[in-house]
Amino acid sequence: MLKTEPIMINFGPQHPSTHGVFRMRVTFDGEVIVDLEPIFGYLHRGIEKLCESKTYTQIIPYTDRLDYLASMSNNFAYVMAVEKLAGIEIPERAQYLRVIVAELQRIASHLIAVGGFLNDLGAFFTPFMYMFREREKILDLFEMVCGQRLTYNYMRIGGVSHDIPPEFLPALKRFVDEMPGYIDEYDQLLAENEIVLARSKGVGVLPADLAINASASGPVLRGSGVRWDIRRADPYSIYDRFEFEIPVGKMGDTYDRYWVRIQEMRQSVRIVRQAMAELPQGEVRAKVPATLRPPQGEVYARIESPRGELGFYLVGDDSPHPYRFKVRAPSLINLTLLRDLCIGWKLADAIAILGSIDIVLAEVDR
Amino acid sequence: MTTPLSPAQIARQIGEVLPEAVTDFNESAIFVSSEALFEVARFLKENLDLDYLASITAVDFFEHFELIYHLTSIKYNHSVVLKTRCYERENPTLPSLVSLWRGADLQEREVYDLMGVSFSGHPNLKRIFLWSGFKGHPLRKDYPNA
Repeated sequence: MLKTEPIMINFGPQHPSTHGVFRMRVTFDGEVIVDLEPIFGYLHRGIEKLCESKTYTQIIPYTDRLDYLASMSNNFAYVMAVEKLAGIEIPERAQYLRVIVAELQRIASHLIAVGGFLNDLGAFFTPFMYMFREREKILDLFEMVCGQRLTYNYMRIGGVSHDIPPEFLPALKRFVDEMPGYIDEYDQLLAENEIVLARSKGVGVLPADLAINASASGPVLRGSGVRWDIRRADPYSIYDRFEFEIPVGKMGDTYDRYWVRIQEMRQSVRIVRQAMAELPQGEVRAKVPATLRPPQGEVYARIESPRGELGFYLVGDDSPHPYRFKVRAPSLINLTLLRDLCIGWKLADAIAILGSIDIVLAEVDR
Repeated sequence: MTTPLSPAQIARQIGEVLPEAVTDFNESAIFVSSEALFEVARFLKENLDLDYLASITAVDFFEHFELIYHLTSIKYNHSVVLKTRCYERENPTLPSLVSLWRGADLQEREVYDLMGVSFSGHPNLKRIFLWSGFKGHPLRKDYPNA
């Protein structure tokens, strides 16, 4: 009998498959993972502390730099929290514009998630480039509304920074008409692809009760079959006016998490289409004092970001700065179960599992 | 819509089983003593189906730390906000809720790292974002700003 010893491999923080500066200390028995420890903090910038010394308006661009693949969603959650704290009503047109950009952002973010995931499976950059083709169109739309392509800083306390230019709606119409065809194309290429199925079906199964117990959210929770989407469960903004479905997985494996994202893109297109049709005329920004001093009090506002429940907890104290600024980061909390999901699988599967959780390190570490 | 359960009613329900656990309540939250936190959390989880611990937040108010737990029931779509206060400043310690909700794991480590509140019974309580030799806890209000 040959005596074997477990071997420890340090994976990251500089590694393309960790999607950022994320490190895993993985212990193997032969090829099989017996232990895994995630190590965070390589991108910790102390944003929560930093924002305590900024005014409420100055904080908006910092929220862009949390989950930079979904800056619009971060803007959205933060301004919503401030509006709730200060009791500000926002114009109807701004509500619709927010929903339109937030859903476009969900599509753009899921495209990266799915493309990156397929990259991790070894489909090296071919599907990724397909996804980038469509994401580019969304970025063009965002550039029209705010001049930026990654860190938008589009939303303001009381509305949005600019009204849309005249060329926006025709371009958006073209996009929502084309997008379902592109999603069909991904399905054709990938959903029945034998390698994708072999690599992801049954891998990293997350049971529903464990997902709930570990506070998983977003596609990770829904992939496990839990029909929980804040847009429906606790509607914010004007989400109660739209018809859409909440796709859920059956098994909670890596494939289901991928599948849920593809289906959510279809639903987002549906929401954008309805919001476009109902878009009212009018102001896009309420009158808000230049230096906002929200009253004493606290507020927790949450939205369904592409990665899950994104919450902002603010404590106001009559001053222009928040007394406490806290982000409930879905990417971090979704990693709670990474060790459980990976044990018993091989290294290549761990990469697929990590890819299916879809983390953004700027949000994990803040 | 997620229905926030009435803190007054929940406080009464807790009081029937755990007298003296609830110290106060207002229109949005229930305050419990730090000694009773674990028992109250278990009671809420088991009797009110609060199966989802959405978020843990710590706030430094100088004379005490306030810990805020946002609990949600995915099954019935209702929510409770649980708060507790820790008056100790040198070595504040609270019971860990990881054995009830795994979701508390990384969040309690974050509170420990940045606010310096310890959690007894946590399986792996160490700094999460900062390195182990780091002095101080940056989110405390007396931590010097650069």
